[in-house]
This record gives sequence, structure tokens and C-alpha cells, in this order.
Amino acid sequence: MSAVKKLTTPLTPEAVRDLRKGDAVEISGTIVTGRDALHKLWIKGWPEYPDLTLRGSVLYHCGPVVRKEKDGWSMLAAGPTTSIREEPYEASVIAHYGFAGIIGKGGMGPKTLAALKEYGAVYLHAIGGAAQVLARKIVRVQGVRHLEEIGVPEAMWILEVKDFPCLVTMDSHGESLHEELKKSSKAIFDELIGKTKAGAA
Amino acid sequence: MAKPKRPTPKPARKAPPSKKQKPAARQAVKQPPGPKKAPKAAAKQAAKKTAPKRPADPFGEKALTQVFTELLRRAATSIPPDVLVALEKAREREEPGSVARDTFDVLIENTRLAKQDSRPICQDTGMPFFEVAIPRGISIGAIERAAVEATRQATKTGFLRPNSVDTLTNKNPGDGAGRGMPIVHVHEGKGKGLSVQLILKGGGSENVGTQSALPNVDLGADRDIDGVKKVVLEAIFNAQGKGCAPGVIGFCFGGDRANGYNEAKKQLFRKLDDTNPDPTIAAMEAELLEKGNLLGIGPMGYGGKTTLLGVKGSYLARLPACYFVSVTYMCWATRRAAVEVLPSGKTVYSQ
Repeated sequence: MSAVKKLTTPLTPEAVRDLRKGDAVEISGTIVTGRDALHKLWIKGWPEYPDLTLRGSVLYHCGPVVRKEKDGWSMLAAGPTTSIREEPYEASVIAHYGFAGIIGKGGMGPKTLAALKEYGAVYLHAIGGAAQVLARKIVRVQGVRHLEEIGVPEAMWILEVKDFPCLVTMDSHGESLHEELKKSSKAIFDELIGKTKAGAA
Repeated sequence: MAKPKRPTPKPARKAPPSKKQKPAARQAVKQPPGPKKAPKAAAKQAAKKTAPKRPADPFGEKALTQVFTELLRRAATSIPPDVLVALEKAREREEPGSVARDTFDVLIENTRLAKQDSRPICQDTGMPFFEVAIPRGISIGAIERAAVEATRQATKTGFLRPNSVDTLTNKNPGDGAGRGMPIVHVHEGKGKGLSVQLILKGGGSENVGTQSALPNVDLGADRDIDGVKKVVLEAIFNAQGKGCAPGVIGFCFGGDRANGYNEAKKQLFRKLDDTNPDPTIAAMEAELLEKGNLLGIGPMGYGGKTTLLGVKGSYLARLPACYFVSVTYMCWATRRAAVEVLPSGKTVYSQ
């Protein structure tokens, strides 16, 4: 693995273009969570968040386990959720709010890949199920939006992270590790099942 | 249609009335009351003399709620030993310095931290699926209510995420329970004790499950063992890393659609290192595990030698017209736990 690239939000366009598929990165700074219900809510009316800097920021596909404390919140578990469900919305979300990075797992499709290229953003893969390792990279919960409307797992949590580890699997130059793996595994799959059609045996 | 948002205790429709009456009713015929809940002073004294700490009825709702809550905690926070061994073996197979090996390091470290701090291995604490074998004459209702109440308690204490969404209103009630959630299957077992198997299955892995009907012309899959293997392998290929690879496959061929899926899911209760007593199925499992790993999808779909930790299969009878193959995918964080509750009230937990 090449040396880990340290990044701080908001990311500059240059820093984003510099990232390539396969790069290991660590993110520090403010990021926000958002998943299924929030994406739906966003595209319905594009709510504004004048007190947040979303342009150049990073969106994390995550539905955490959170505990309410006397003076705020603590993140008990916070790994990524599967990103592909946001495929219909993500390109518009990137265009509207100007996120420079999407953290999630499992990768996304061609529409998002095209948006990453067009607007200068990257898809950052975090390790699915590593909820304890990743929760420890969240140093503070700065706030939460839409909690009443969509509940704890789906709310927009505003988080301060330190050295949050990810792998660039889709870059802003049209490269996708997920596409690559799909192609290579498809060739093996075809070979393993053989070419005979049903009834031909 | 607005469902009350659950103020403080439980909604009126559930347990309370029976909960209060039951211990008293049972006390008359069974053991003396436990010291805590005895309604009358006289009963309290009797309890002090004869029965110490044990709950009055080990199979009653109150005792089982406690047991199930602990079972949920264990499943959510502690990886089964056989799964950890499989992860460690997979790590050894990857090249030092590779992304795949580094990823296994993180997975293993994550399970260590979760156990150490008693916190969820994964934030998606999943759908609780209880399979309960009961001795004759035990109340099924008490078991179902205990599972629901235990899910609520484990959610309140943060061992489970508030993971239930009312599909009609899209509201999250915040307590982890809902229509058909948790899943509780009860059947009569052979022993005198009550034994429970539990899995917590996350949504990401559930989403990549498949069900198909044979024959499948595109795959060249006929209605036979070879055809079944092709369809299962396709499901593994289609899942790529999205179900949090490396996963465990449960499959079932035959049955109707509903039972086929259920039987596939029940395979996830099995230990990874067991051997199927049916040699034909055992051979299918071994072959699919080997071929699945040849796909090279690797942990998280980053590429690597281990795409699967295990494959477990079963079959059911079918109608002449039907030939379903049901495939379920469990993420690497295979969360399972079991408990045996003996008539004495003793509990034996295992994973």
C-alpha cells in the first residue's frame, strides 16, 4: 500500500483531482452523515444549511448507534452503510451541495461516477462492519439535523473526525475499482459455470 | 392511523396485564415466588425461607426477557469463535502489505474492540431472528413477548440500534420493535429445557440475498444439483463486496418461496466448521466455497483470496412445478448466539 494521504475538510479541488483509485487516505475535519431517508428529503426540497460548509465537505453513508448523554451525544458504533441505494440521487446531491467526497461501502454506479468526474469529487470506501474502529475516529458530534423527522439511524449527524481511514475506490478521473473487480470476477464466473445452455447437456 | 410514539413504558396493546398476573398465577402451582415481585407480604416471607434468587418460572416472560436481552447483547458485541478463526485464516492467506490483508487486520481489531467495550461490532445491529425450541406445555405468547421486550431493552441500552421502521408511515418508533420485528419462531423441542438460537442480520447483507426459479436459460442451469450450484454462484458474484464480504452463504433448494428463504436463513445458525451430514450437500457446500473464493472479490470487494467464510446448504420438498433456489448472505460480522435455559433456571450461553 502506498503512503496514506492525509486530507482535511473542506477539500480543495486540487487535492481531489490529485487522488487516484487505490489511494489510502485519512480524513480529518467536519463531515456529515446521510443515507436513504435524508437523500429522499434532500431531493424533495433542497433544504439549506447556512451555518454549515457543505461545499468541499464529505458526506458519509452511515446510520450510527448513538447514545444521548447529559451534554450531547456519543457515537457507540459508526461504520458505513451500502452506498448503491443512493445511486439514483447522489449525482444531484453532489451537484447541489458540492460534496467533494462520499464515504460509504460497496461502491456506486455509472451515474455517480460521471458526477464525480464532472464536479470533482471522489468515492471513499470505508470498511463495512468496522463500526468500533471507525467510531473511534469520530472525536465529536457537533450537531444533528432532521432527527425528529427521520430518526437516529437516518438523521444528518454533523461529525468532527480525525484520521478517518478510507480507500479511494472511485476517483474523479472516471476510474472505479468496483467496475474493475466486477469485470475480472465476471470472467472467472463465466468460466466456472461453463457455457452450456439449459437443456443442452 | 398515527401510532402513538411510545411515551415511557410499553404500549397498552402488549404485555402489561398478563405480565402482572402471570407470576402470581404460576406461583400457586409452581415454585414459591421470587423475592422481588411477590405481591403480598406473606408470600415475601415464604420466599425468603425457601427460594433464594431464582425467578419463579424460568420459562416465564419476565425471566426470559432478561435472558433474551443478554443473548442480544452477546450476539451484537461478540463475534463467534469459529468466525474469528475463519477471519484469522483468511488474513494469513493474503499477501503481507496488501489492501486485503490490511482490511482483515481492521476487521479482527474491530471484533476485539467490540468485545472489550461491549459495543456493537457493526452499527447495523440487524434484524433479530430468534429460533426457539420449547419443552411441552410452555406459553408461546410469553416467549414472543419476551423477545419483543428484550429487543426494546437492548435498543434502549445501545446494544442495538433503533432499527425498526414502520413501512407504512416511514417513521422510526425508536425502540427496535415493529410489525413482525423481531422475528420469533417457536417450535417444540425434545428436551426439558428451552433452547434459543439467535442471529442478527444486517440490511446490507439481506439486500443481496436472491431467490430464483429453475431452469435458468441464461446460466444454463437445469433443475438439478448442478443448476442449483450455478444459481448460488451467481448470487455470490452479484453480491460483489456489497454484503460486506467475506460473507457466509446460506442456501436452500426446494420448498415454497417463503419456506425456502427461511430454511436458507436457518443455515446461518450453523458453525462454520461443521460438516453437513448429507454427503451430497456437504460436497455442494465445499465446491461452492472453493469456487466462490476463486472469484477474487475479496474483503469489501477490494480484491483478494477470500470472498466467503463459509457456505451452508439445505433442501426442502417441492411441488412438481416449482424449483426454487433461495440464497441468503450473511456479512463477515456473522452475529449469532445461543442459550439453553434449563428447568432449574440455569442458563448456558454459547456462540
